[in-house]
Order: sequence, then structure tokens, then C-alpha cells
Amino acid sequence: MYTEKVMDHFSNPRNVGEIENPDGVGEVGNASCGDIMKIFLKVENNIIQDVKFKTFGCGAAIATSSMVTELAIGKTLEEALELTNAAVAEALDGLPPAKMHCSNLAADALHEAIKNYKESGQ
Amino acid sequence: MKPARLLNEISLSLKYMSPGGMTVKHIYMDYNATTPLRPEALDALLPYLKEDFGNPSSVHWAGRAVSGAVEKAREQVARLINCSAAEIVFVSCGTEGDNFAIKGTAEALRAKGDHIITTTVEHPAVLASCQALEKQGFRVTYLDVDADGMLDLQALEQAIEEKTILISIMWGNNETGTVFPIEEVGHIARKYKVRFHTDAVQAAGKIPVDVQSANVDLLVLSGHKIGAPKGVGALYIRKGSRMVSLLHGGHQERNRRGGTHNVASIVAFGLACELAGAELEANYHRVKALRDRLERGILSSITEVKLNGHPEKRLPGTLNVSFSYIEGESLLLNLDMKGIAASSGSACTSGSLEPSHVMGAMGVDVALAHSSTRFSLGPDNTEEEIDYLLEILPPIVQRLREMSPLYNK
Ligand SMILES: Cc1ncc(COP(=O)(O)O)c(C=O)c1O
Repeated sequence: MYTEKVMDHFSNPRNVGEIENPDGVGEVGNASCGDIMKIFLKVENNIIQDVKFKTFGCGAAIATSSMVTELAIGKTLEEALELTNAAVAEALDGLPPAKMHCSNLAADALHEAIKNYKESGQ
Repeated sequence: MKPARLLNEISLSLKYMSPGGMTVKHIYMDYNATTPLRPEALDALLPYLKEDFGNPSSVHWAGRAVSGAVEKAREQVARLINCSAAEIVFVSCGTEGDNFAIKGTAEALRAKGDHIITTTVEHPAVLASCQALEKQGFRVTYLDVDADGMLDLQALEQAIEEKTILISIMWGNNETGTVFPIEEVGHIARKYKVRFHTDAVQAAGKIPVDVQSANVDLLVLSGHKIGAPKGVGALYIRKGSRMVSLLHGGHQERNRRGGTHNVASIVAFGLACELAGAELEANYHRVKALRDRLERGILSSITEVKLNGHPEKRLPGTLNVSFSYIEGESLLLNLDMKGIAASSGSACTSGSLEPSHVMGAMGVDVALAHSSTRFSLGPDNTEEEIDYLLEILPPIVQRLREMSPLYNK
């Protein structure tokens, strides 16, 4: 049911972990829906230098988290804000229909982290 | 019998490509979902897909050749649950049996009353049938269970009213394996003269099931949980119980269920019931020993694991556990990559947005419900398979925990 790319990112997730003293942190989801994604950012000169994630969730949740970190690194904050959940799913060659809503929140988590960075006044 | 079983085991374990691309051995630990077809059942059914193709309702040679086989199967099924053959109605699956039992009673006894009692942890075949009746004006009491998934008999007794026409309470739970005190339920039902239906799809063939000693009036079986094909089952209807049919049609099954018999599957189902009865005690001890080995191994090698279901009153092969901080589907996918087939109560695997209703009914914390993982073992599993699972499981759990924002080392 999952594409090869999803299985690749699920079994070898990129950028797992936390960043010490991150510039921004974003979290979406909750335990009741079964998915929680947390994104940590390092920003320099308006460019995302590093992203790490921690995720509680199904295969799609872990794969989209991993993919969004790859897509975001090196982007400006403006570019990163334009990344959508749909674009993340597309980069994984698609997700099963049932997963498009519940487990496809990685871009939202990234946007939350950027918002947190901006609000913390840096 | 043994050599055939062994062959089956080997063919089940053929090498295959996992989703991750590595070659791994297949290990099946999802017997509550379905079971492999028993080789003996396959041998028994094949003639009925070939030369013995007749319709058992026909009077000519072709019909006569198979009607005896259907009647023999009826006796084999009846013997497993200690009823008479005439009380067995063949149906297309367990789901049909539950629908028939509940809706067929509701319609037949409508003039007597409009109240049904069931539990919050039934299979969807029962719950959805009850909900459908609620839309037609019936009232349904859903009895709660405690943290172990156990039923409160006092609450059952208190729920019975003048207008109660049916008690529908399952024998063994498919998710947790918790076994309800069915003899006591039957005793209460008899005392208040209320008809008693039990879904014994998971219990039959695994633990003793006797409709006489338990005072059961309606009981449902499904072939594919005991080594027969998918798409065949039986409803036991105690003699004298008035029922309205679900499938109106021809005169098959003494007018109780229309439709030409699924002869081949019925023959296999009959044999599977006979074999399950003959092997019940040996399989019970064998499977329970494997399950206990797995349970002990998991609880001693992994921290923060919760057992879901009753610690003792449980089907021999079922183990349902929640591993804190991780979600069930991601665990299943990791196990699948290592060749192991299990199942989970997480929303992601149920096809809904909610985790298992059984976990919810037991008051399991919602994150732990999403993490619930069911290993259900059968007679073909081996100690080596259990030990292999115990070897690969702790590192998988640890890796997923380290990825989880809920986990603080
Ligand atoms: C307890 C229980 N009842 C009913 C059913 C439905 O049986 P079937 O798959 O034959 O419709 C199942 C199987 O999923 C079950 O476990």
C-alpha cells in the first residue's frame, strides 16, 4: 500500500533527532489521532541550515516527517513556508488516500517551527 | 496427519522479498485474523469443486452424491459445540451468522419486547447489527467492561428488563482474547428467560464450547478461523427458537436460510470442526505455552509494556500488548520487514480515525490504544519463531522510541 519511497524514508528516516538550542520548534497533531510530529530548526541568514524531527505515528507520518526535513534544508524561510503537505506527499510518490488527511502533517509542523522562530524575535 | 501439517508449515515459510527488499522468512502470528487452510480440509473439499459438483437440493444422482456430504459436515459442526445437527444452519460467514442471530431474533420477538443487551467490546458484526436495530426503534444496552476487558455479571443482571428479548455476549474477544464467563451469562439468561446469543467465532476450536452446559440459544462459528476456507460459517439455533430469516429464498436449511449450499467449503468446515475438537486439548496446551513464552519474553526484555486483556481468562494464543511511546502501524511495518505478520489496534490499521473500540472500552489511554499490538498464535507456530520475534522486537521498539517525541530517555 505504501510506495517504495515511503518505505525507504520509513525504514531509513533522514534527520531524526533533536537540535540542541534550536532556533525554532514546531509541533502538530495529538495522541488521540495517533500522530504527533515535532520539528526542530537551525536558521542562519534567513536560510534553514538544519532540520531534525521526532515523530510518533504510522509509516506515513514518519516518512513525511523525514521527507519534509530533506525538502526544507537549504531553503529560505519564504520558500519553506510555501511547502505544502500535498507537495511532501508528492515527493514520496503519493500516499494511500486514507493517509492524506490524518498522517500528512509534516509541512504544517515545519510551518509551526518557522512561526515559532519568527515569534521568538530573531 | 502430521506429515501434511509439516508440509504446510514449510510452504508457509517460503522465502520472500520484504517491503524493505531483504529476503526474510515468513512467520504468521495473526491467527485471529484468519488461519491457513488445513491440508486435510483442502483434500476433503477438492472433489466438490471437480466431479462432485451437484446441487445438494437436486433429487438426481448428482445431487444425491453431495447432499450426504453436507449432512455429514452438519454433524461434525454440531459435535464441536454439543448440539444436534438439525440445529445447525450453514451461513456464508461469521458476520452473516451474527446479523442473522440478532436481526432474526429482533424481528421474531418484536411483539414481546424491544430491548437488547450486548457489550461495548463485541465484534463490529454484532455492534453494527445492534446499531441498525436502534435505527428501527429497538433499545440497546451496551455493557461496559473493566480495565482487563472483563464483564460485570451484576451489571448484566441489572440491565435485564421486562422488555429484554436478547442478550448478545461474545465468548472470546478477537482483539484481547479475553474470555467471558459464558456459563454464568447463560445461567442468568435462563433465569430471566431471555434468549442468549454468543459469538464464538474466536473461542470455538480453541477452548471447550458447549451450548448445553452454557445454556446458549444462538451461537456463531466461522470457518476461516479454524483452518477452513473463508466465506463459510454456521449459526446454531436452539430447537424451538422462533427466528425470521435474513436471506429469504429457496427451501435450503429447512427454510431458515435460502441459497444454494457452498458445498466444498461446508465439507471443509465440517472436517475442520472435527479436527479442532479432536486436537483441542493438545493444541490448547501447545499454543498457550508458546503464547506464555512470548508474553514472558516481551515483559522481561522491554520496559513500559502494558498487557491488554485479562491476564488469565484469555484464549490460549492471543497476546495483546501496548509499547509506550510508539504507534502500532509503524511497529507492524517493521515486523513485516522482518517477515512477521501481526496486527494492531491503531487507527491507521483499522481504517478509521479512531483507535480500537475495544481498547477504548477498557479505558486504555489513547496513545497506548494506538500502540496496541496483537500477536495471535496457532498450532503451526514454533518455539524458534517465538524466540526469533523476541530477538528482533526489543531493538525495533527502542529505535521507534528514540524517534518518538513522547519518549524521554
Ligand atoms: C469475534 C468475531 N466475530 C465475527 C467475525 C466475523 O467473521 P467472518 O470474517 O467470517 O465474517 C470475526 C472475524 O473477523 C470475529 O473475530
